Amino acid sequence: MTAMEQFVANLRAAPSRIVETAFRSGKPETDRTRSTFVFGNVFLHLHSVRTHRWSLRWTTTMGLGIASLAAFLITLVTGVLLMFYYKPFTEVAYDSIKDIHFVVPTGRFIRNIHRWAANVMVVCVILHMARAFYTGAYRKPREFNWLIGMGLLVVTLGLSFTGYLLPWDQLAYWAITIGANIAQSPREVTDALNITEYFDPGGFQRLLLLGSDMVGPEALIRFYLLHVMILPLVLGGLMAVHFWRIRKDGGLVKPADADQRAGTTEETVYPVFTDAPNRTYHLAAIVKGRTSQVGRGPENTVPSMPHLFYAELGVLMLTTLVCVLLGLISDAPLKELANPAVPENPAKAPWYFLGLQELVAFSAFMGGIGIPSIVLIGLGLIPYLDREKAGTGEWFGGPGGWSLVKQAMIVGFLSSLAIEAFVIHYGWLREWFPNIPQLFITALNPGTMITAVYGAYSVWLVRKYASARAGAMGLFTCFLCGFLVLTVIGTYFRGPNWVFYWSPSEWPKH
Amino acid sequence: MTLQSGPQRSRLDPEPVPRRDLLGLGALWASASAMLLAVVGMLRLPKAAVLASPSKKFRVTLPETLAVGEAFVPPGRAVAFYRDTEGVYAVSTICTHLGCVVKPNAEGFECPCHGSRFTHDGTVAKGPAPRPLPWLKITGKENQFVVDEGSTVPQGTKVNA
Repeated sequence: MTAMEQFVANLRAAPSRIVETAFRSGKPETDRTRSTFVFGNVFLHLHSVRTHRWSLRWTTTMGLGIASLAAFLITLVTGVLLMFYYKPFTEVAYDSIKDIHFVVPTGRFIRNIHRWAANVMVVCVILHMARAFYTGAYRKPREFNWLIGMGLLVVTLGLSFTGYLLPWDQLAYWAITIGANIAQSPREVTDALNITEYFDPGGFQRLLLLGSDMVGPEALIRFYLLHVMILPLVLGGLMAVHFWRIRKDGGLVKPADADQRAGTTEETVYPVFTDAPNRTYHLAAIVKGRTSQVGRGPENTVPSMPHLFYAELGVLMLTTLVCVLLGLISDAPLKELANPAVPENPAKAPWYFLGLQELVAFSAFMGGIGIPSIVLIGLGLIPYLDREKAGTGEWFGGPGGWSLVKQAMIVGFLSSLAIEAFVIHYGWLREWFPNIPQLFITALNPGTMITAVYGAYSVWLVRKYASARAGAMGLFTCFLCGFLVLTVIGTYFRGPNWVFYWSPSEWPKH
Repeated sequence: MTLQSGPQRSRLDPEPVPRRDLLGLGALWASASAMLLAVVGMLRLPKAAVLASPSKKFRVTLPETLAVGEAFVPPGRAVAFYRDTEGVYAVSTICTHLGCVVKPNAEGFECPCHGSRFTHDGTVAKGPAPRPLPWLKITGKENQFVVDEGSTVPQGTKVNA
């Protein structure tokens, strides 16, 4: 073969060579190449090369974690697109959103998808947390990943809140005002104790958030910075640790007898390595037994490529479809330009904060900072208090769990509804004793009452069943129910001046 | 070569970490506290020192007739004027709860955000507001007044006019 012939042959082979070299170790067709496909790829190697068949069952995770990630990726892409046109300055922010909505090609569609994906993300993160809780996935060795997950929940809510403020419309302006004053609400306590002059964490937080003593351009640029830079970076870092820990903590949580219950494999799937591995890593000395495969063969696992990746791709496509459809059906809201003289009436936060708004309507400090902190501390302590082993990996911890959850749902719904109904009908301390010191109301208000009832109920469960798991399940279920009740009341039953109305048709006309 | 001092260790035993290595531990803690202090120091930048401070004083011309119990709110301002037999007074309409602007009504004020209610003199009648609405310092006579949103006066301080 002459040099010229060789050159032509190489040129003709170049397209197929490019494809081959892209895969590094050939196409993922055999067990061995499927494995190298995973660990030879920078994006895929967070997964193990083989996945237990229990992890692939629909009821194990319902795909909620991947759906949260998918929603985040959608907000990331659409958010970067919106940054082409959005201007974070008070004089032009509103106009730039209007441009995006009415002038920019596909701008309205992209903004709608961004807004819906953010909502889908909040829903998926909450449901994912409930799934992890009810299958006992927070237990040893996954305790710390539960804490990382809580951090992700807080950052997700922070991203949603900061995004809500950027359009600089009426909703945005009054949400910033209320948010900044919630940050300042420790003054409710320091004022009552008369120490604000010397110790003022509330004022410091507000100043840090607004960059000024009033809501203006400095505040907008700060929220913009948080929304597009600081919080996404924090979220990205936490996500990396979260996913890495899933792998290092032994994969998804499985019941002890998962191998038997996973059933027999289909004939087309090879449950064990059919090719001898061509490399062995001598790392056994530092592995301490948390990696899922130590001391066991790969029985009952299937290659992650394609079984896991195709499932994940399916969830990604489904999430995208849902966000796109919602974006086609419903437009993201844009109210009138911000008007510092007249608040919206009623001025409502985004739906996932309306439960909190209901609570701050009892006491700013307790509703905005006190009770959320108590809930977060309570959730964070759960893995360290419930150190039982029975029922890990089972929905509701196995037999009897579901009836406990049902009982807790009744308690959770009834107690929050009863306390709300009482307050709506009879009012609270300020109406009965106009001169009562504020500290009494801060400490004793409907929000703290509901929290106390839930706490007492879960302590009662711990004693009755002699099980921390029972108490944790009761408490978590109660908080979910309370969140739901307060959110629904805040969304559908609060009208102008935050007065209770059975339906918006009864709202006063003006 | 064999280890001369101490009991024989297996290769698989963990290496002993010298716990009383004073200099090493000192360096470790020094770098940790330096980084922590650096982070705290970095917070100094976003904590604004110079704040935009537009004048908080402005002129108000009251309408010729202002019935007792009727509020006059200068357009675009968060202050309500009242006139009664004892004189004129101005109440801030920024809610002491979370900063929404309250609206005057027949009984006093109502807040659209979280449902606080106040009487005409700013006293909390209902809802989550922790403190009464502050009274603002006003100077002037007849229908011409200057109000200073930056300084408050005790409840009940009325200006004869």
